[in-house]
Amino acid sequence: MNQFQYVRPSKPKAAIDARAKDQNSQFIAGGTNLLDLMKRGVMNPERLIDISRLPLDKLERENNTFRIGSMALNATVADDKQVLEKLPLLAQALNAGASAQLRNMATIGGNMLQRTRCPYFYDTALPCNKREPGSGCGALEGYNRMHAIFGFSDKCIAVHPSDMSVALVALDATVLVSGPKGDRRIPFGELHRLPGDMPQKDTTLEPGELITAVEVPEGPFTKNVHYLKVRERASYAFALVSVAAALQLENNIIKDARLAMGGVAHKPWRLTEAEKSLVGKPATEATFQAAAAIAMQGAKAFKHNAYKLKLGPNAIVQALKNATNVA
Amino acid sequence: MNEQPLFKDGVVGDRMNRVDGRLKVTGAAQYSAEYQLPGLVHGFLVGSTIAKGRIKSIDTKAAERAPGVLAVITHVNSIKVPGFANRSQPDEPPTAGQPLRVFHDEKILFNDQPIAIVVADTLERARYAAGLVKTQYEADQHATNFNAHMDRAKVPAQAKKNPKSPQADHDRGQVDGYKTAPVKLEMEYVIPTEMHNPMELQSIIAHWEAPDKLTVYDKVQAVKGTQRAFAKDWGIPEQNVKVIATFVGGAFGNGLHNWPHETAAIIAAKTVNRPVKLVLTREQMFTMVGYRPYTWQRIGIGATPDGKLVGITHEATGQTSTYEDFTESTVQQTRMMYQSPNISTRYRILPLDISTPIWMRGPGEATGAFALESAMDELAHALNLDPMEFRLRNYTDTDPDNGKPWSTKYLKECYQMGAERIGWKNRQMQPGTNKQGDWLVGYGMGVGTFGANRGSAKAGARMLANGTVVLQSATTDIGPGTGTVMVQLAADALGMPPEKVRFELGNSLFPDAPSQGGSATVNTVGSAVVAACAALKEKLYQLAGSTFSAAKPADIVIKGTQLSLANNASAKVAYADLIKQNNGQEVAVVTESKPGNERQKYSMYSFSVHFVEVHVHQLTGEVRVKKMVACADAGTIVNHKTAGNQMLGGAVGGIGMALTEGAMIDDRFGRYVTKDLADYHVPVHADAPAIEVAFVDKPDLIVDPMGTKGIGEIAIIGAAPAIANAVFNATGKRIRELPITPDKLI
Ligand SMILES: Cc1cc2nc3c(=O)[nH]c(=O)nc-3n(C[C@H](O)[C@H](O)[C@H](O)COP(=O)(O)OP(=O)(O)OC[C@H]3O[C@@H](n4cnc5c(N)ncnc54)[C@H](O)[C@@H]3O)c2cc1C
Ligand code: SF4
Repeated sequence: MNQFQYVRPSKPKAAIDARAKDQNSQFIAGGTNLLDLMKRGVMNPERLIDISRLPLDKLERENNTFRIGSMALNATVADDKQVLEKLPLLAQALNAGASAQLRNMATIGGNMLQRTRCPYFYDTALPCNKREPGSGCGALEGYNRMHAIFGFSDKCIAVHPSDMSVALVALDATVLVSGPKGDRRIPFGELHRLPGDMPQKDTTLEPGELITAVEVPEGPFTKNVHYLKVRERASYAFALVSVAAALQLENNIIKDARLAMGGVAHKPWRLTEAEKSLVGKPATEATFQAAAAIAMQGAKAFKHNAYKLKLGPNAIVQALKNATNVA
Repeated sequence: MNEQPLFKDGVVGDRMNRVDGRLKVTGAAQYSAEYQLPGLVHGFLVGSTIAKGRIKSIDTKAAERAPGVLAVITHVNSIKVPGFANRSQPDEPPTAGQPLRVFHDEKILFNDQPIAIVVADTLERARYAAGLVKTQYEADQHATNFNAHMDRAKVPAQAKKNPKSPQADHDRGQVDGYKTAPVKLEMEYVIPTEMHNPMELQSIIAHWEAPDKLTVYDKVQAVKGTQRAFAKDWGIPEQNVKVIATFVGGAFGNGLHNWPHETAAIIAAKTVNRPVKLVLTREQMFTMVGYRPYTWQRIGIGATPDGKLVGITHEATGQTSTYEDFTESTVQQTRMMYQSPNISTRYRILPLDISTPIWMRGPGEATGAFALESAMDELAHALNLDPMEFRLRNYTDTDPDNGKPWSTKYLKECYQMGAERIGWKNRQMQPGTNKQGDWLVGYGMGVGTFGANRGSAKAGARMLANGTVVLQSATTDIGPGTGTVMVQLAADALGMPPEKVRFELGNSLFPDAPSQGGSATVNTVGSAVVAACAALKEKLYQLAGSTFSAAKPADIVIKGTQLSLANNASAKVAYADLIKQNNGQEVAVVTESKPGNERQKYSMYSFSVHFVEVHVHQLTGEVRVKKMVACADAGTIVNHKTAGNQMLGGAVGGIGMALTEGAMIDDRFGRYVTKDLADYHVPVHADAPAIEVAFVDKPDLIVDPMGTKGIGEIAIIGAAPAIANAVFNATGKRIRELPITPDKLI
């Protein structure tokens, strides 16, 4: 870990200014990801701007939209009565992440900006284009069991590890940011990017931009939802593959559908074509299987993650079954 | 045989709370990194980033200039450790070869080998400066891939020297006799490298109290062995080395070897002439302190159609480092577990450019049991026999390996207790036919055994003026509750309430005792404690002179500071008077207790059986252990609570072995890529189901006077194959390479 300065502004504007002034600074929220990366020498900010006590932790509901402050804690949001009632998919996804201790520290903003868990990224003795552009991708020909099957490039095949983000992309959330150039809104699906030639860049945020909140429309997905996370132990492990499924049913006919996957790409992976295929069909296993097949089109595996080509569609089917109680 | 337990109407057997429980839960217990010494400074290790080769140059200038740094020590400037000149393996572990000599020369023998220690006034500053050390290497081609280098497997040195060594090739009956059986199978099994990850990180504080006087607060399982090793290293008398390990936060075997980081801290302390604290990081726990070695096994097994074994051939190859031969007992149990006319065992080690492995709970036996107990299940299936029935048909009432009778063996009782508790009758013979919703249900069992070992140990007993008896022995308590059960044994041996007895351990200045390992501590140190208590009574008896002369020492009853006789309360004496008789000294004894020649007459083993019920998700391949029953024939159970804890911990360890644990190396770099607790999965609470423990609890008075046999190892041995067998029963899929992760089942 390097030596660093520490400041704790009390207003968002001051935080943004402090960040803009210093190229080598970083925001720190719950610190559950950033501190690990600093201890391993992966990120070496010279100044930490502690945003955890900015007044951005409110959870508001207005015009059928939830507005969740970026500093709200994962645990607070997951346990919120209104969230549980109106956005159960989000609550499920949050609770599938990490452990209770971590969820008590982690913020909503930090969760969406957590960095990949690719082991090469974490070890400064190994090559990684994301950590050190041009050094090569260690995972490409290495231990790539956890890696992407969609949207990767030959520069980087990492996946985004957040569970919450899979639900947010499915629920058409919007990210609210403030930066040196003012405020803007980013559709959640456009927050994270694919690695392409610049794997070092995880998101479309401009330097110094601060996430202030995320907005989630209430929508009709209060009942037939399920967040399925397949992992190597019963809790406290990142997803091999995860699926956020939300359906609106009328007499067992699917009126509307949302489907997204985690653990398969550099960003939470929305499955729009599969969603379309579900709409208008009866909620049966056959319908789900057809959607899963569409979802997996274009998937490609590496040496150690071929299982995802089978686990992926299986998980989609199971998530939809759980959402609808189809036996 | 004497069925009468030594202790009647006492506290032995009680679910007594741990004597140090309160200290542990309140944080008052001091672990090795927690001693506050004046002038203490902090060390941080720099590890190599290649697996094999030489250090060309190492630039420490920036690190030396960093704030708070007192020293940066490398092979270039390290003081010479006198014992390094001709250092060969000291008395501890069974390894041949030469332990790594830290900072001795420029050679790199494994990735993340310690190549420098930075000493600074704070841990953070030491860690920061460690990041500034820049190293240039001359790399050689390394070999870390087990499968690619199987041709390098060799017979261990001790087996070459001695064909009777347990590691040597062994045949009973016909070589590979299984091949003659009407029904036969051949299978290969693999267990990956499993990492020691006790809660407490490996840590040491090294303090030179004088130029020839060393004190270490060290996380070890052997305070005496460590004392001897460091005395030899530094060419100083043994009594000048004090090793303190009063509390150990789990060790499971990784404290049975002295590792390079310990010597690094001692070198650093000598260099800066201040106490140095060194705590490994979690990542360093994966490379610097041993692990359960990656092991390949092959089993050939055959039986008659009615389920009588004809032969078993068990081959195993385990990895080791290039500089030490680490060996363990992977194949031995196959010689004695079942009745079979033909047995062949072969054991090899495969040196790779990695650090040296070390025993990890249930060491080789747990590895071997995965192969043997899986194979038994496979053959039972091939014979269309219930796997328990198959085992019963090959049950042995004498040790088939040497013809000796068992000291005791209550394995059948374990089968019965376990089968009832798990609901074995619900097991379907046809795999994949028991469904609950989306989940497939399966049942499995696995047997474990481990030698009931007893060594020599000394214990001291002193009766304080206030009537409390304090016992001391240089054993350690790495978590099983050693201190607690010793108090129970002593209390009953003395006929005193446990509150009046204290047991002290974890200090090399105490009477000599072996390392805590091999499930032998209660047998060994317990015997010494019981002997010391008898000797104490004997001495009290003598001091009392004519008052007690009509009775025997054992009849003495101690109540507070009054001594009397069990059958004659009027014969009494005040302890204060005995102290006067004893020249004003409190009465104290030190005794040594040794096993006799029982091993020549008997085969002595503990036994366990694990029964499990698993559910396997049809679509996602997730395995959930729903219920586990762990039964043990471990002799007298001194404390059902601490013994039960051992069984629970072992069962959870078995879940890890079966389902989640496995360390991965990227062979291109010869470097681990799963080296934290997020990537290397130990089971979490949610993975552990309700686990029921059942003990036979019958004494084995041949092993030792208390009738104990040992629990620590059998708690895990056989648990992993029980789960693998249950997964087969649920799914019809036989997974022969652990861990059984979802991808292998879909
Ligand atoms: C052992 C372990 C297991 C885990 N398992 C899971 C899991 O299963 N699923 C899962 O989803 N997650 C998991 N996590 C990750 C966890 O969810 C994240 O660490 C956490 O959500 C990050 O939030 P934080 O507030 O602590 O972020 P920090 O660590 O404080 O910040 C993370 C990054 O985001 C930036 N940042 C934070 N807030 C803002 C903001 N408002 N605007 C701009 N930039 C910001 C920081 O600069 C930093 O780069 C696990 C973590 C650990 C350590
Ligand atoms: S996959 Fe991405 S993060 Fe992983 S090594 Fe390659 S470039 Fe780095």
